[in-house]
Amino acid sequence: MSLLSVFVKYRNLIGQLVSRDIKTKYRRSILGLLWTVLNPLLMMTVLSIVFSYFFSRYGNIENFPVYLLCGQLIFNFFSESTSIAMGSIVHSGELIKKVYVPKYLFPVSKVLSSGVNLLSSMVALVIVMIVTRARVTPTVLLAVFPLLYVLLFSTGVSLFLSAAAVSFRDLMHLYSVITTAWMYLTPVIYPMEILENAPAWVVFIVNANPMTGFIKIFRCVVLEGVTAPAVLHVQSLAWCTIALLIGSLVFKKSQDTFILKI
Amino acid sequence: MKIENAIEVRDVSMCFNLSREKVDSIKEYVIKALKRQLFYEEFWALNDVSFEIRKGDSVGLVGMNGSGKSTMLKIIAGVLRPTKGSVETAGTIAPMIELGAGFDHDLTARENIFLNGALIGYPREMLEERFDDIIAFAGLERFVDVPIKNFSSGMLARLGFSIATIVDADILIVDEILAVGDYQFQNKCKKRIREMMERNTTVLFVSHSIEQVKEICNRAIWIDHGHVRMMGEAEEVCDAYEAPGE
Repeated sequence: MSLLSVFVKYRNLIGQLVSRDIKTKYRRSILGLLWTVLNPLLMMTVLSIVFSYFFSRYGNIENFPVYLLCGQLIFNFFSESTSIAMGSIVHSGELIKKVYVPKYLFPVSKVLSSGVNLLSSMVALVIVMIVTRARVTPTVLLAVFPLLYVLLFSTGVSLFLSAAAVSFRDLMHLYSVITTAWMYLTPVIYPMEILENAPAWVVFIVNANPMTGFIKIFRCVVLEGVTAPAVLHVQSLAWCTIALLIGSLVFKKSQDTFILKI
Repeated sequence: MKIENAIEVRDVSMCFNLSREKVDSIKEYVIKALKRQLFYEEFWALNDVSFEIRKGDSVGLVGMNGSGKSTMLKIIAGVLRPTKGSVETAGTIAPMIELGAGFDHDLTARENIFLNGALIGYPREMLEERFDDIIAFAGLERFVDVPIKNFSSGMLARLGFSIATIVDADILIVDEILAVGDYQFQNKCKKRIREMMERNTTVLFVSHSIEQVKEICNRAIWIDHGHVRMMGEAEEVCDAYEAPGE
């Protein structure tokens, strides 16, 4: 079967897996889906109280709460979706042993479930923008692009990680360290100006970092009301292609051995 | 593939690595590699197995525990990929290797019907249309919105069987599932399998109960230590399998 016909046949399954994730995640909490809004709001409040004080000597960042929340939403989506998707093959072991299902559906559906969470936490951003009287420009509509980039990039990384985690389970513990380091190398909390006196290699890593690109584009269109420089789009697209290519090749090559290892 | 065949199995061999201790972390991998203990023991569960099954036949696979029957079924269902050889199948397969694989125990019966149906590859509209039939056959009308973690194993098996057989597949793969459920439900299952056979579904059946094989199947394949020992009329093969001295 071709890739497309497989996808058409199982599109119902992707929907079911995503809705299952969302239902079971919030089944036992009264506030339910509201947590996806409350959580980033509370985190943002704490962080912006602390860090707006620290960063005040680098000049005033225009609307720090919105600046922070933009970075947080994008980065948290990436780290949450890839961490969850990483274990998706290992945790679906019982199923994979018994029914034939295209295996890439498991990591992909996890990324999509996190995507639904991301969209609902966008409500938090809207609330903060209203409260801080941020100016809203038509460029906001262009936010689709960075969101799409981070979705594609996370999918590629998830495919790679979920395949690798089957052979090496302890990668899951290692990965939480990696995402923490990754977050500090991304301007989520701090302004880029803080890197003025940093060593050149740090600046290089922060700029080459795909997450930096996605977040910068997102801030351009949401916070600053301007279109992002084309070079950022090119860089982001390149990262998405690389991640998807490596992820799907590694996944395809190792998927037949999953069943022997789980 | 010949037009009259439903399943063609050609020279299929399946090899498993029997590492005594499973190495599944980087730490262990590095330690074992340094100590040069990374060797694997091979186990061939199937050796050059070939057979053809014609459309409309119902074939029983018999053999001792560990002879490779379930491995063969999983290869035909597409769950396992053979180390060597190839398998071709014609049409849709309804695998019942374990009923209710893929049930989520936190969800209700209703939600699980849609989840499980999607796993088998049914379209959503069809599941909505046949929803009442599925529930009725499983006899779970009163428990539609109960989380299935509260179900008994018999109820789960009924639900699983009901979902898997709600449409006629071209090939039905049945592995030991008739061992669960009470006699009433077993009879219901047998009846439904017979109805599907009458509508020209090919059935592949694994059971340790020789009576059930004789009852349901017209042909049988005896697998012994990964080789095909005998193939032919169900009665003949079953009698040879049961013959004393084996």
